[in-house]
Amino acid sequence: MDFDILIGIFPQVLLDGIILGFMYALIALGYTMVYGVLEFINFAHSEIFIIGAFVGVEILLSFKAAGWLDVLPWPLVLLIILVAGMLVSGIVAVVIERTAYRPLRHAPRLIPLISAIGVSFFLQDVIRLFESLWRNSFNLVYPTMEVLNHRFELTATIDISVKSLVVIVSALLMLWGLHSLVNRTKVGKAIRAVAEDQAAASLMGINVNRMISLTFLIGGAMGGGAGVLFGVQYSLINPYTGFIPGLKAFTAAVLGGIGNVPGAMLGGLVLGLLEAFAASYLSLLTGGAFGAEYKDIFAFSILILILIFRPKGLLGEIVRERA
Amino acid sequence: MIKEILDRPVPATVLVVALLLVTTWGVTYSPRSIVLFMMFQGSILLLYFARMPTPLKAGLTILTLGVLMPILGTINAYYMEIAIQVGIFVALALGLNIVVGLAGLLDLGYVAFFAVGAYSWAIFGSPQANLIFGGSHFPLSGWWFFVFLFVGVAVAAGAGILLGLPVLRLHGDYLALVTLGFGEVIRVLANNLDKPINFTNGPKGITPINRPPIFFAPLLQWLGIDPDPNVIYPLYLYGLVLLIVGATVLANRRLEDSHIGRAWEAIREDQTAAQAMGVPLVRMKLLAFACGASFAGTVGVLFSAKQIFINPESFTFMESIGVLAMIILGGMGSIPGAILGAAVVTILNLQILKGLSLWLNELRNAGTVIFGYNLTNLPTQLEPAKYERMIFGLILVLMMIFRPQGILPAKRRHRELEEER
Repeated sequence: MDFDILIGIFPQVLLDGIILGFMYALIALGYTMVYGVLEFINFAHSEIFIIGAFVGVEILLSFKAAGWLDVLPWPLVLLIILVAGMLVSGIVAVVIERTAYRPLRHAPRLIPLISAIGVSFFLQDVIRLFESLWRNSFNLVYPTMEVLNHRFELTATIDISVKSLVVIVSALLMLWGLHSLVNRTKVGKAIRAVAEDQAAASLMGINVNRMISLTFLIGGAMGGGAGVLFGVQYSLINPYTGFIPGLKAFTAAVLGGIGNVPGAMLGGLVLGLLEAFAASYLSLLTGGAFGAEYKDIFAFSILILILIFRPKGLLGEIVRERA
Repeated sequence: MIKEILDRPVPATVLVVALLLVTTWGVTYSPRSIVLFMMFQGSILLLYFARMPTPLKAGLTILTLGVLMPILGTINAYYMEIAIQVGIFVALALGLNIVVGLAGLLDLGYVAFFAVGAYSWAIFGSPQANLIFGGSHFPLSGWWFFVFLFVGVAVAAGAGILLGLPVLRLHGDYLALVTLGFGEVIRVLANNLDKPINFTNGPKGITPINRPPIFFAPLLQWLGIDPDPNVIYPLYLYGLVLLIVGATVLANRRLEDSHIGRAWEAIREDQTAAQAMGVPLVRMKLLAFACGASFAGTVGVLFSAKQIFINPESFTFMESIGVLAMIILGGMGSIPGAILGAAVVTILNLQILKGLSLWLNELRNAGTVIFGYNLTNLPTQLEPAKYERMIFGLILVLMMIFRPQGILPAKRRHRELEEER
């Protein structure tokens, strides 16, 4: 085995893993926050995520058509698509909660989950329908922005592109913003109270329904932001792209301890790193017998192992059994 | 008014028989009319609802499915294809019905067992196995197909237990996610196990897969009938599907009323209480997984023989959700519900959406103008047949919100919901 190659690609793989990890962390927040307040897996979150990516690409394409893409300063363009993606995704998440989940809040546990799966499937084809009518194509590519593809060479073997830096910085800003919102503001306190005990929270004068909507708004916005960053980083999107990252982000949320906000961030990073290393090292270590295509299996195996041996995750509290 | 007629045996029988005959005649008269074929299907549904003596009903059902349907199938081969597909999905839905409907374990990776069954025959019924074991003993002759129907049961049940053992301690939504992951794992394996040893031939799939021989062929020759293989073979497959569906329904009904079925329902309603009453949780859940999986395994074997060609594309997550949508539409835990759900969803997919697509294409090519909008401008990506997910999704959400017990709820469950009111 060529040891030098293994060492040589290490920093690059680490970097890829961190980017992927931040992406997962941002998506995982949506799962974990909703689980925290409602104890239910918002299966449609992967579509909320990809809607953000589609909002981003639509704005970029129309800017390009109008010739603004070269005129406007690129940080402003990025800011616009990020904010727009977050806004739209957040609103979609709230609307989904109002229409498909709220009527089922007191139903047996599997019922809202099935409804959520339905919403997820429905949204995938709604996006497809919309894009088919609007652009006659549902596989969209983010327009290239020259500045973003510029690469800094750190050493002879490692380089980092501007867009990777952008992704990391925006992800950090979003995570920091969320952390402050949940832990430092009154609203954040109210959300935590609802997650702790809905009945008691409502007795304390907290509007539980509004807090649940707010949770969906924030979680959705994080997902939408992640979607935009996903598009900027990986360029190619279609309505079904969100599914696998969504599933993995859910794995990340479980890994970190579902319902736990810092846990989701940690879980996302750990999973991203594991996956990046699995993808690059698996084929090197097995002499090409098993390649990067097994990285998905890797993620699911992790999910199964955690659920069996440590269902509360890395940072989580013990999950209560609810009949 | 229709309900009043259906409640009285004589008018009901007359109505149903008349409808069946008229629609059959209609289809023979105009083979390409989807509407007429749908009316034929509708009259089968009326037959189910009609109140008449059981032997008469059974006789009419056998007559309809065993004689009228094959006649229609020879007139328009596509109808036979639809009937076979409906049968395959009915058997799948009945299998999933055990896991989800009776035992209350949400399995989102059900198609994995279907895949396991399909690949087990595909590998040995085609030259593929030579690549694994060397030599040239394969493909096995078509007669082995009948053995593999049972091998499919065993392999899929084994896979069910394999999945069940580690994950059955999980409850509710976690279980759902893990089964989903399992389904994806099987698909990824099927996609990538073309190296280091070529088991599945990867995304290119396996072909040609041997088909079961027509065992009564010598009899036909003796009778002096020389059938066109393109006509007789679908009929033969249809017969096999009917047999398997019949066996599945029978097994389901026997299971439902056995102590095992009652234990499953107890687990579904309240796991803790069931355990306190002495229901062995792990064994019963494993049994549910294995039973559900074994149906999928058999159907998988049949499916691979029918298709001659299989690849991982046929075993995606969407198929799992499709089957789930079928039993939720029909009513969880209800056998007639699962059958109805499977039929409705399959017909919707294969017949209505496809028909709509063709129709839209014709309009587009003809350049028809509707409300001043020229349809040639319609985007080419707009194909109703491609929007299965939207249909599945809508079914799931709407059923959950408005009628969680399904169209034809299980009797026991129906009573429970009545009491709660």
